[in-house]
Parts: sequence; structure tokens; C-alpha cells
Amino acid sequence: MKQEGKTSLSRRQFLVMTAATGTGLTLGMLLPGCSREEPVQSQAGPGKAGGEVIAPIRFEPNAFVRIGTDNRVTVIIKHLEMGQGTYTGLATLVAEELDAAWSQINVEGAPADANTYNNLFWGKMQGTGGSTAIANSYEQMRKAGAAAREMLIAAAAKKWQVAEGDITVQAGLLRHQTGGHQASFGELAELAAQEAVPEDVLLKEPEEFRLIGTRVPRKDSNAKTNGTAMFTQDVKLPGMLTALVAHPPRFGATVKSFAAGKARAVPGVDAVVEIPNGVAVLGKDFWSAKKGRDALQIEWDESSAFTLGSDELLAQYKALSEKPGSVARNDGDVPGVLLSASKRLKATLEFPFLAHAALEPMNCVMQRHQDGVEIWNGDQFQTGDQKAVAGVFGIAPEQVKINMLYAGGSFGRRANPQSDYLIETAAIVKAVGGEAPVKLVWTREDDMRAGYYRPMYVHKLEAGLDADGNPVAWQHRIVGQSIIAGTVFEVGMVKDGVDVTSVEGASNLPYAIPNISVDLQTTTLPVPVQWWRSVGSTHTAFAVETFIDQLALAANRDPVEYRRTLLKGHPRHLGVLELAAQKSDWGSPMGAGRGRGIAVHESFNTFVAQVAEVTVHADRIFSVDRVVIAVDCGIAVNPDIVRAQMEGGMGFGLAAALSSEITFSEGHVVQSNFHDYTVLRINQMPKVEVHIVNSAQPPTGVGEPATPVIAPAVANALSAATGQRFNRLPLKLSA
Amino acid sequence: MIQFTINGSPQQLDIDPDTPLLWAIRDSIGLTGTKFGCGMAQCGACTVHLDGKAIRSCVTPVTAAEGKSVTTIEGLGSAAAKAVQDAWVRLDVVQCGYCQSGQIMSAVDLLSRNPHPSDKDIDDAMTGNICRCNTYVRIRAAIKQASKALS
Repeated sequence: MKQEGKTSLSRRQFLVMTAATGTGLTLGMLLPGCSREEPVQSQAGPGKAGGEVIAPIRFEPNAFVRIGTDNRVTVIIKHLEMGQGTYTGLATLVAEELDAAWSQINVEGAPADANTYNNLFWGKMQGTGGSTAIANSYEQMRKAGAAAREMLIAAAAKKWQVAEGDITVQAGLLRHQTGGHQASFGELAELAAQEAVPEDVLLKEPEEFRLIGTRVPRKDSNAKTNGTAMFTQDVKLPGMLTALVAHPPRFGATVKSFAAGKARAVPGVDAVVEIPNGVAVLGKDFWSAKKGRDALQIEWDESSAFTLGSDELLAQYKALSEKPGSVARNDGDVPGVLLSASKRLKATLEFPFLAHAALEPMNCVMQRHQDGVEIWNGDQFQTGDQKAVAGVFGIAPEQVKINMLYAGGSFGRRANPQSDYLIETAAIVKAVGGEAPVKLVWTREDDMRAGYYRPMYVHKLEAGLDADGNPVAWQHRIVGQSIIAGTVFEVGMVKDGVDVTSVEGASNLPYAIPNISVDLQTTTLPVPVQWWRSVGSTHTAFAVETFIDQLALAANRDPVEYRRTLLKGHPRHLGVLELAAQKSDWGSPMGAGRGRGIAVHESFNTFVAQVAEVTVHADRIFSVDRVVIAVDCGIAVNPDIVRAQMEGGMGFGLAAALSSEITFSEGHVVQSNFHDYTVLRINQMPKVEVHIVNSAQPPTGVGEPATPVIAPAVANALSAATGQRFNRLPLKLSA
Repeated sequence: MIQFTINGSPQQLDIDPDTPLLWAIRDSIGLTGTKFGCGMAQCGACTVHLDGKAIRSCVTPVTAAEGKSVTTIEGLGSAAAKAVQDAWVRLDVVQCGYCQSGQIMSAVDLLSRNPHPSDKDIDDAMTGNICRCNTYVRIRAAIKQASKALS
């Protein structure tokens, strides 16, 4: 099963290479084989920001696995744990090939080091996003585990004077049956460290998996259930100051002048400093800094500020939707075929700005040292953040060390290509001077009004049907800001004027229609925008899946049957469509005032279909009662986490379907907190069933793909119940 | 000087009397399991027990705790609490985890008052606790499992 060959690359050479590329920043990169007399003083990783003492390390075959003489296996995780389960998923991959016992596995957040811990789908960049964590790590982490296993076997074979092939490994124990030998990983760690690192390893076949495909418990459940899990908000360092910032009231405004006297007079306030995007008040704790900020008197220069309202923006966007934009897809002759179609249908759809509103508002802890800068953060885009912070201080990115903590949600927000809240922290640290650590804390209002929203969009769709009701032409125009323009990702992701994230989910329309055109009108506004869980699909899935339902209705065809006919060349779409339809008892009668709707969508190479059941109550109120989800994500590494992400991702999308929106009035963000930016609460959560397609395909991500599917499924269900069409999110019933 | 007990230990704080209890707990006492999410009793992340009853500590001035007993996630120990925390782990309720201290404090409060809550009782009691990861399906299931374990 495992490959025999070993490389001539010695253990020592391997380490020298690692050290050379690790630039001295990689915490926990200790020389195996060298016994360490004193314990390591401090270790990065969730729950460890305070400097937890760890056991001496004997065996570290690569940058992802460390085995201690205490028999603990530590898996170093290169991705941010923000709830999606990556600490459990990536550790499972290592444990599988290592044949470790799940109970002996510890996890630890990796240091910032793009040479070692880069996202393999992003080139030399370390970061988490696009539902790539499992997908890009699938082989890498398994190979890391398999290499460690081979070295343990080699060590045992030498020790016992037996053939490697006669040694078995199971649940953390190596055995030689006939010789009666047995040893734990910990007992062999020192010897294994002397072995050569295998250059290549053979990985298990899926039928040999013991952990992958089973429900192993989450590694973070205990700490997150007893209050000990450490988030950025929880970091406390000696001499640390808490900073709150008064941001401009409108995007594009700047500080004209300010009076700090009253703020400085607040007991506990230590300093007031101007930074490029506002005025920061630093205090001994949150409350003094907050009172200090409230006492600031600031005059803002709003001469270049954004002053539009959402209604005006909407009018502009709708006007733009009448004009052709940059071409994302053009099959056949859409205008010509539309002219000759038997029936033409149109829709104009409106999508508001959305805030991520992670429950942990943005925050960051940063400290200037003689030789660089140290950050404590639930960091989602380490490489970009290192560069951005280094830029503020005029140092090299390698001099920026990041200690990884858990993130209290993110939904994309903490992977900010502009590193906005980190740069803000850096500006404060720089302005204050000295080496006192600073914790930037945003209040909910700061978080809600600081921008980086899912952009507002208008979509215009038109389709033509032939005499049998089959679609013969499909025209889809999207109007909105580019998320990618101006970021490090622009080179690869903006093509011929088309930001691929603006049109994803629309330009790859899976339905067999002979004439398709998709184009994009990119707008420019001073409102900062960013990816939001499932990115382009947050709006394109709604447009495509409600419009195809509209076509089915016009053709007098069942929505599932209509899609089935048009998805012939897309077996994985079809698979989830059929599974969701079957499990939801599609076609069975619903009572009066009730409706059932379906939507199917692929994002990040994962296929999801959802059937929503709704009930329409009096006073234009409705409830979503039940949602049946079918998902095809290839091999489900941990089916329970897949289910959790389907449930939660759907709920996240449901909030936007039901009520969340950011609006502007004369350039001011109207919403400020959870009373007016409403999100899903438990009483609105439907009953959820998740069905996973059995698959041997490589695993794909599950963090995002459930999110975009629910809004169209609910809209289609409401249409079935009421006959109304829904042209904007959040959904509202008409009288 | 404000005096109260927290997790069974007496506490004396010389702080601004309008400091919310949340920040007294987090910044002055140093217990960080209780979270800041909104500052206006909208999300429930700051839920603690004051004399055994769930309150939102972000809008409760520290002076309201004078002479009383405060319990945070770190100080839970009742049978109901153990049942809730066990069920939370068994069902892997958590995702990001940031809201879960508050969720658990509300769930323990519910089961202490009502050991056998109906579905509606659960939704009513937990509606003040937002989970942006939307772990609500499992929160419901865990409360039911804890309720069963208690009987």
C-alpha cells in the first residue's frame, strides 16, 4: 500500500531547507532529534496566545505534523478556523494516513509563512477562502501524515529488527504480530526523527479509509462550550491598551479638525491620536476608550464624501441595466432569436448591500517590537496582511509575525484584500509609538458601518421560448461594483473588463439553451465592497433560479421536470436535483397557503439543491417551515461537518432572503446594529434535512455552497403559494 | 467600591459605576468566556446569570450586581449546566463558537426553570441569542437531549 522508496534527502537537509524558507518566523519549527531541555515558552494557536507550555518535541517530519514523546500528535493547520470545521477536517486527513487515534490529535494554527503554508490554489499566498481549505489540502495533508507514518515504521523496523512490511499501524499503535512487538508513536518519536523523510508516499485508496467519511468529533467543541476558546477579542497582554476609532460618518470623508481635551479627561484614557481614517482613543480598557471616543469633538471634511441614497443608486443601476456591458459569455445570436421567439419573458431584480455581521466584530491586537511587528488575530489572509502591515511600518513582510486565533465568524470579512482593520491597527500603533500592545475593538456599530459590503446589484434578464415552451435565448445583464478590481487578485480574476466574481453562477449557466449572453456593467462607488459567503452566487443564483422557474411556469411545466430536461449534460447538478426532489416528496399536494420551491446551483465545484416549504400567514407574513438539502461535494471527509455547513450556510442565506439589507440615506449607512440589520433567529430557522450524494470524487468545499440556494428556493415556493413574482431581496409579499 | 460574588468568589471592584457588567467581567476580572457582540442586548453573546437568572450583561451596569451573585460560563456547575454542555459537545453544536457561551447560559436558564420545554418554549427562550453560523438546528436538538438527560 505504501511506497517503499526513500529519498537521499536527509532529515537534516530537509530541516535546513525548511529553516531557510521559514525566515525564522515559524513558531514551533524546532529541530527534531535535538532534545530540548527547556520547554518552548510560547506557542501560536487558538487558546495559546497567553503562552502555553508544550511538551518537548522529538519528531517533526514536516511542517504539518509534530509527534511528541508524550504521544501527542500535533497537526499544524494552515487555514483559519472560523466555524467551518477546518481544524477538524485537515487534522482528519493527517490522522487518516498516519493511522493515528483521533483522541491523540491536537491542532494548532500555523504561523504566517506563505512558502510553507500557502493555499495551493492561490500560488504563493496563505489564506482561507473560496471554500478551498479541504480541496487544496486534500493530498498535501494526507501526504504529511503518510510520511510520518513511514518514518515511524522505518524506526520500528530497525528497533525490532524486522521487515517494514510486517509492521501494521492502527489507531496510534505500531505492531509486529509474529515478534510480539508493539509501540506507540510517542515511544518511537525520537527514533523516527533519525529516519530519512520519504520523498514520495503512496496514499490510501478510499476503501481503506478509517476516519475519512466518518463522523469524528470536532476538535474545538470542548473549548467553545466551556468558554476557554480564545478569540482575538480575548487576548490580553501586559501593558495592552484598547483602542476605539471614530470613523468618518460617510465614505470618503476625512478629519478636518478635532478637539481631544474632553476625551483625554476621561479617566483611563491614555492617548488620542489621528490616523488616516479617523481619530483613535486608547484607554486602559474598553469602557474608558469608549467613553473617551464618545467625548471626542471632530469636524469632518465631507467635501468629497459619498452622499447618495439607495433609491438614487437603484435608479442609476436600473438605467445602466438597459445598456450593454462587457461580455462575459456570448453563445449564438441572442438578439436575433429573441425577436423570433414565441414568448418573451423579462425580469429586473434588485439586491441590496449586505454586511457580514460576524458575531465577533472586527478587532486586532498588534505590538511593535525592535525587530518587527507581532499580531494576534483570527487571520484569514496572512500573506496580504503581512504585506499591508509591513507597508505601514516600512519593514519587510517577513518581520510581521501572526499568532492565529479562532475567528468568531467571518463569512469572508476577515479576508479583506485591503487589510483594512489591520492597517487601522497598525496606524494606531505607529501613531502612539513605543512598544505597548494595542487591541483595536470595533463596536457593532463600527463593524456595521465600516463598509466592505456585499455589493448592491441590479440584474436584467430576458428569455425567449419556442412554441413548445423550451428556452431558445437567454440574456442576462448584471450591474454592480467589482469586488476584485484594485486588489492583488485583479490580474487573474478580471478578464476583458469582467470581474469573474461578478458573473460567476451566471456566465456558467448550466442549462442547455442554444443562445446565451451574459454581460456586466461595472460601477464605481466610494462604498467599499468585499466577498460575502458564496460571493457572486449570492445574487446570480437567485437571478438564474427564479427566472428559470418563471420560464417553467410560462411553459406550463413542472419546475423539476423543466430543469431535468435542460440539465442533461450536467450529471452532478442532476444528481442533487433528483435527490432533493425525491427526499422532499416533490409533487405531493400542499395545503392552501403553502408552497414548495426548488433551486439548484453549483459554486466552488460543489453542487447543492434545496427544496423549501413555506406557509403564507395573514398580514403578508410567511414562514419557511422545512428545507431539504442535497449536496454533492465529492468525498465527504466529515459528513457531520458537511451537514453542519449545509444547515448553517443555508441559514446564513435565509437571513438575506428574509430581512438583512444595508441601505444608504444621503451617504449615511442607515443600519447600525442587530435591531435594524436583522439576521436569522432560532424561531425563524426551518426544520432542515441534509442528504449527501455518495461520491468518490475528490472533496470540494462546503462552507459557502449552501448559502446562495435558499433565497431562490424560498422565492419559488412563495410564487407557488401566491402566484406573485419576487424581484428583490429581501423578499416581501405584496398585498 | 462595588462588591458581588462571581462564580462563587467575592469580588471588589473600584471602577466607573456605569461600566456595563460585561466589561467588568471581561476587562476588570479577566474572564473572557462572556462575549461582546452588540452592546445593546440584541444578540445575547454577553448572557450571564445574575442570582441565577439570565441577563444581558452588556446593558446591565455593574452596580446592578451589587451584593448579588454572578455566574459566567466559567462558573457553571449545576446538573442542568452539565447536561447542556455535554449535549453541546455530543452533538457538535458549535461552529465559530463566539455566541455559544451566551447560548449555553440561556439554555441552562431555560432548563433550570423549565426542565421539559416544548419546541415553542425553546424557540421563545433562545430567540434573543443570535448565532450567525446558524447552528439553531443543533441548539434545539441539544436542549432536547439535555432535557432528556435531566429526567
